[in-house]
This record gives sequence, C-alpha cells and structure tokens, in this order.
Amino acid sequence: MPEQPGVAAEPHALLLDEAAVRRAVNRLAHEVVEANGGTEGLVLVGIRRRGATLAERLANAIATFEGTRPDCGALDVTLHRDDFAQRGLRSAPLPSDLPRIDGRSVVLVDDVLYTGRTVRAALDALNDFGRPNVVRLAVLVDRGHRELPIRADMVGKNIPTSPGDDVRVLLEEVDGRDAVLVVSRGGVQ
Amino acid sequence: MTTETMPSAGAPTSSRPAPAWRHQHILDLDNFGRDEIEAVLDTADSMREILDRRIARVPALRGRTVVNLFYEPSTRTRASFELAGKALGADVISLTAAMSSVQKGESLIDTVRTLRAMRADVIVMRHSSAGAAYLAAEHTDASIINAGDGAHAHPTQALLDLYTMRQHFGDLAGKRVVMVGDISHSRVARSDMWGLTALGARVVVCGPPTLLPRGLRASERPAHAESALPPVTVETDIERAIEGAHIVMALRLQSERQQGGLLPSVGEYARRYQVTAQRLARAHPDHILMHPGPKNEGVEIAADVATGDRSIIEEQVTNGVAVRMALLYLLAGYAPGDVDGGSR
Repeated sequence: MPEQPGVAAEPHALLLDEAAVRRAVNRLAHEVVEANGGTEGLVLVGIRRRGATLAERLANAIATFEGTRPDCGALDVTLHRDDFAQRGLRSAPLPSDLPRIDGRSVVLVDDVLYTGRTVRAALDALNDFGRPNVVRLAVLVDRGHRELPIRADMVGKNIPTSPGDDVRVLLEEVDGRDAVLVVSRGGVQ
Repeated sequence: MTTETMPSAGAPTSSRPAPAWRHQHILDLDNFGRDEIEAVLDTADSMREILDRRIARVPALRGRTVVNLFYEPSTRTRASFELAGKALGADVISLTAAMSSVQKGESLIDTVRTLRAMRADVIVMRHSSAGAAYLAAEHTDASIINAGDGAHAHPTQALLDLYTMRQHFGDLAGKRVVMVGDISHSRVARSDMWGLTALGARVVVCGPPTLLPRGLRASERPAHAESALPPVTVETDIERAIEGAHIVMALRLQSERQQGGLLPSVGEYARRYQVTAQRLARAHPDHILMHPGPKNEGVEIAADVATGDRSIIEEQVTNGVAVRMALLYLLAGYAPGDVDGGSR
C-alpha cells in the first residue's frame, strides 16, 4: 500500500508548508532544551510512527545548536490503546525501541495532539519500561478537542479545527514531503 | 466518531497496515497462505519485544477471557498460552480433564458450550482425538485454537517453529528442512509440513517405514483426491536425509502412541535414527537443530547435541509465548463478517 496519501483527490487546505514545518521543528527543539535546562538526562521518545520520525529530527536539531545529541527512542502504543474492542485490527503493532529511561527526563513526541488518547496510551506504555524523573509532551500540531485531561508542554503550532476535520502531518522520511494539511470530512474516504 | 480513529495517513495511530487475517479459529495450517503466516510471524516480533520489557504486560486484551481446555497432559503448550494471555491482559483459566466435569461424562460439545456461556472468548483445546477442535469449532462462536488433536495437527507449535526458523534464516524459501523420527504419530510434523510448504521450504521427512504415514510418497497419492498432506520428500536413510540440511528437527518417539509391533526395539530405533553429532556433520555448516519437546535424550536425539551450540530448543520455548500472544491478538481482532478460513 503506498504510504503517500492521495490528498490531491481530497478537498484540503495547506496549514504549514515545508519552511513552516522546519521552523516549527526548530522552535520545538529549542523549547525542549530550555524546559530541560540543557541536554543532561534528556531522552526523546517518539510515538510511532511520525512521532518517532519527529523525535529523530528534534534530536538532530538539538545536536546542531547544543553539540550533543540526546538519546532517542520509538514507542508503539497499538497494544495500549483503549479502543481495540471497537477498532479491531486496524494497524499491526511494531516493536518499541527505547533507551534506558529510569531517572531521566523523557520528552514524548507526537505529530498531532487531538483527543489525548494516544498520549494516555503512551504514558501507560512508558511505565512498563521504567520510571523517568519527569515526562513532558511535545507535539508539532495541537488541534484541540481533548477528551482526556492531557495538555502539551511544547507545541509547534496551535491549529483550531472542527471535529470533522482530519489533520495530517506529512514528513519527508515517511511521506516524501513536509507539510501539514487539513482535510475536510466529506472528502474521499 | 472522532477523526483520530480513522486509519488515515495523519492519524497518530498508523504504525503499519492491518495484517492479513481472515480466521476465527486456528485449527491447522492447511488453510493458511504465506501472507497470513507472515502476519502471525510479524506480529510475534512485536510480542517478543514486549516480553523483554521490565513489565511484560500490555492491556490489549483486557476484559477478554481465554480458557485452556486440556484433555491430554501438557507442560509447555499450556504454560505458554497462560503466559501469553496474561501478558496481553486477558483473564486466563486452565482446565484439565481430570478435574473437570468430563469425569462426570460431560461431552466435549457441552463443555465448550458451557465455557462459551461463561463468556470465554478463546478456547485453547488439546484432545487425543483427531478432529476434536474442528468439532468444537462447529458448535460455538468462541474462537477455538487447536493445541493438538491426536496425531493430526498442532498449528501453534508449527508457527513457533516457523518463527524460530525465520529468526535464523530470514526467508525460508529453498531451505532444506529435515524432520526425523516418528512422523506418523506427529501432529507437529503434519502442521510443520503445511507451514513450511506455504513458505517455500524444501521438506524432507525421515524415519523407519513403519513410522511414516501412508500417502506421503507420490506413488501412494490418489490421482485426483485432494491430498491430506503437502508434497514432501520421503527418506528412510538418515544420513542421506540430513545431507545439506539447514534445519534438522528431531521428533519425539511417542511411546504412548505406539501400539506395538512398529519398532523392533527402542535401542534399534536409536541406533538407526538418533540425531547425533556425527550425523549432523553432514548438514549445512550453518544448520540449526530443533525439537518440539518433550525430548527423550538418548533415543531420538543425543544428549550432547540437544544442548550443543547448534541447538535452539530453548529459543523455541521462549518464542512459543510470543507466537501465542500474536495469535490471541489476531483472533481478538477478527471481526464477524470477515471470510472465515478457519473451519472447513
């Protein structure tokens, strides 16, 4: 199945272009270091899959201005979600791959923060790997409409949306280009 | 409905596409295609990672009930299904025939229906009669996993064998896999034959003629009837069978299933068919040695090779938990309305 979504066929609006995504990632990288007071003990844990890609990018950006690259990990939350009974086999779980997190400052990274359920699953999964000193949340896009008491500590871009919209983050490594789009419901689905 | 639940490219949940899956039950591998076997093995990779976590438990199957229903003794299969269910957060109970109402004469079908009435979602069943799991599957809408039915099938053991082989060799296409021993009483061998054939391996079975099932040789096959066994090479000489083998699997001499007269003596069998270091020297230099357990060291396998550096018998046991987790997970995700290839 091709990974590149057929967005051309759907009514959509471009929210962030390539340059805007790059600036948002850079700003996030600075905020992550600032919140942590440096890179000491810092671990970036991306939620598969675009969150994991973003975590790598943040680590690369931090390396350019701090001189040291923080550890990165990828967390798969498929088996921790609360909607398996409703959704069934929509996606296959992938192995998680985490560095040591005990006593360290973990920054969870994801592309879009929406209902908060993915983040809840990620916090739950993280517990099984150890006990970090602190866990923060960094997202590229916060689109609102939370269903759980969860908020991001660092946000690349706040984008007001209506619940019927579908916000898609495209990343070069996964999708062939960088962009954030909003696809209105009623498009091709 | 929220858009986050849509399987769109931007949804944060999309890790990779849903696996190919169309089974409500797992009765044997004769109706499994390559893509479905690979779906199980890929899912098992993720489950392996969970087992290596400090807290090896995820909540994916919370609220589901798995019942182990064993009419025959078992150590590793039952224990690994218990561990697998618990690692996924399911409730697991185990019944053995000696302690259940089976002793009071309750029929298999009644037992299965009773368990379903208690909301069992998955029933893992072992029985000494071939076809017992098929019978159960016809009388319940719970998922039935065949954990061994007589000498017929043991699909979950075969899948863990395939998983372990794939760990070592990657693609199994063209690999020479030799199963040595009591083929005719081995449900493991039968299910392995189906799975290995689906993945393109070259399967050789070897044993004394009295312990080879009828119908294996091409000349014994009915011309038109759908064969009960996949195409394999039959070899009665162990030296020739092992020549160049990538994978050698020794099978247990099943003393409880010998009706007598099939073998002159156990000593004679061991002399002619035991997997020994000397015989393994003929195998491929990178060969691995497997055994589905429990093993009779000194009978079908020499003690030194069973624990030697080519033996991956313990890995098989560890992988068994991961593979059974994958199966429980995939069955839980089976949605009615999918085409069921499970019952035939």
